[in-house]
Amino acid sequence: MMRALTWHGTHDVRVETVDDPEIINSRDAIIKITSTAICGSDLHLYDGVIPGVMPGDVLGHEFMGEVVETGKDSTLKKGQRVVVPFTISCGGCFHCKIQQFSACENSNPAEKQDMSATLYGHPMAGLFGYSHLTGGYSGGQAEYVRVPYSDVGPIVVPDHLEDDKVLFLSDILPTGWMGAENAEIQPDDTVAVWGCGPVGLFAVQSAIVMGASKVIAIDHYPNRLALAKQMGAETIDFRKTDVREALMEMSGGIGVDAVIDAVGMEAHGFAADNMIDIAKQKIGIGADRAKALKQAILAVRPGGRVSIPGVYGGMTDKFPLGALMEKGLQVRTGQTHVQRYLKDLLEKIEDGTLDTTFMISHRLPLEDAARGYKCFHDEQNDWTKVVLKPDMEMAK
Amino acid sequence: MRSNRDLKTPASVVGLGLAIGGIAFGTFLSRRRKGGADDAPVYARKSPPGDHSLVGRTVTIRKPRAELYSFWRNFGNLPQFMENVEEIRENGDTATWVIKAPGGASVDVETRVSDERENELIAWRSTDGSDITTSGRVEFTDAPGDRGTRVSLIMAYDPPGGAAGRALAKLFLREPQVQARHDLKRFKALMETGEITTSARRRDQTREAKQQENG
Ligand SMILES: NC(=O)c1ccc[n+]([C@@H]2O[C@H](COP(=O)([O-])OP(=O)(O)OC[C@H]3O[C@@H](n4cnc5c(N)ncnc54)[C@H](O)[C@@H]3O)[C@@H](O)[C@H]2O)c1
Ligand SMILES: [Zn+2]
Ligand SMILES: [Zn+2]
Repeated sequence: MMRALTWHGTHDVRVETVDDPEIINSRDAIIKITSTAICGSDLHLYDGVIPGVMPGDVLGHEFMGEVVETGKDSTLKKGQRVVVPFTISCGGCFHCKIQQFSACENSNPAEKQDMSATLYGHPMAGLFGYSHLTGGYSGGQAEYVRVPYSDVGPIVVPDHLEDDKVLFLSDILPTGWMGAENAEIQPDDTVAVWGCGPVGLFAVQSAIVMGASKVIAIDHYPNRLALAKQMGAETIDFRKTDVREALMEMSGGIGVDAVIDAVGMEAHGFAADNMIDIAKQKIGIGADRAKALKQAILAVRPGGRVSIPGVYGGMTDKFPLGALMEKGLQVRTGQTHVQRYLKDLLEKIEDGTLDTTFMISHRLPLEDAARGYKCFHDEQNDWTKVVLKPDMEMAK
Repeated sequence: MRSNRDLKTPASVVGLGLAIGGIAFGTFLSRRRKGGADDAPVYARKSPPGDHSLVGRTVTIRKPRAELYSFWRNFGNLPQFMENVEEIRENGDTATWVIKAPGGASVDVETRVSDERENELIAWRSTDGSDITTSGRVEFTDAPGDRGTRVSLIMAYDPPGGAAGRALAKLFLREPQVQARHDLKRFKALMETGEITTSARRRDQTREAKQQENG
């Protein structure tokens, strides 16, 4: 038996005792978790706005640890330290072969594919600790986790890099990086990033590494804006400033070249349309709150690029389709193809190009995970990123 | 090689619906797989011709045609991905399919290959004396470039028997088209990854294990 963070309903998560995982297929491995994080995506589950989460599900898709058991076809060895991508990929299908790992055709079990196929036209790939739309896999906010296709996903990390430095390879670092890559940044570009959560902060840092001449970060939490500034961005507080006007001015009247929505479906805002969207989301008619994205589409220059790492799950109302077409915008989005970036990003961590620890505000024992969720949700200004450690003692 | 368009097989059909058994299948689809004004397969039409319900499904598998064909032609392999088929015993030119029934029971169906072309198609049909009337058909064609092989499964049933059949199917867990779709996806996973994907945490929580338990 092991301890794990389980979902029971909106704003109801608990650390409970559940069955240990086992090797089932020959390519599986069992990982003993040493560090795992709470993600903005977990907050969508916490708020109950992602369909297909069931009571008792073990959450967590950002995790790393030690290999303790391997199936006969796993390439991992006991004792290795690995970081595991949140996207599960088989390595053998068409999408895996062209490195679109988050579109893997086999990692979502056949009998679980119908739900997302109905919603989206195609089934989603398997993801750890997320929803039964994406397989219903037990996640890594636990002491142990079963990792299928362990010869494809996990990356072995060198011992001299401590957990905090490499943990975010599992999701938010590659997500921020792909968010910037999807914005096709050119050297003289001005780039705007909505959201200074972990994903937005990594997108800011990535855009700067990719050579953007100016990066503008937008949020309303002073502490999160300060972190963006520390990474080299200029900032806009959307509660105090008219975002679109500011962006026009700050880009010399042209409009920003590329925009990155690192907010997703639970955008904050008090405009009437956002309030209506919140109401619809509450009564379950599934309108995603796309306030940040709508604003980004209006702010980007004609011919510019729109990158959307922020997660959306359903439909949205009053989408500025005309602006998208008439301005000739390019849109790129998706769950991150994590495996594609691991090697390169690990090198960038090792040589100091990327700082991965600056956003960690809290380290808690796994036992205290429910409080971690509550605070990461309620006190976003101060709780910027929560890392959970199964072997840490509870404070008395 | 002949293209699909030229096939003149009496495809009275039914794919893995086999697994649920008991459906009275009408003879149908005697002409062609592609059956109308456009180039789409006949089962993709909004209202299929005649009194018949018709389903079909295609998956692309990143493996050579010959490999997939020979795996499938060895009927003993099929239970690995066909959920409700316990075992298939080949005895000369017929095969006995042991199909799971509720309450731990099982039903035997004897089939004979009704048409086959190496690396292209396999069709089979229950023998005359069989308790359950059923037939299946799977086709293999090259996908473009190095994308592997397109594998299609076609299935038809007529509404009178179909309604009763669907009721029966409920007993056996699910509708034939859903069954066929899932079985085909599992076939794809098995061929491309060497295993059947499961999201279970423990061996006794896999779908397969649960089914054994429920009988
Ligand atoms: N594409 C992927 O694979 C992937 C992976 C991980 C996370 N995500 C998604 O990325 C998004 C961000 O994740 P996170 O962990 O940084 O979440 P987070 O909740 O910590 O951060 C979101 C930030 O957006 C800010 N914000 C809200 N409304 C805004 C608005 N109208 N304008 C500007 N800023 C606004 C919030 O104040 C907050 O700081 C989420 O939707 C998450 O699900 C996607
Ligand atoms: Zn995440
Ligand atoms: Zn794959």
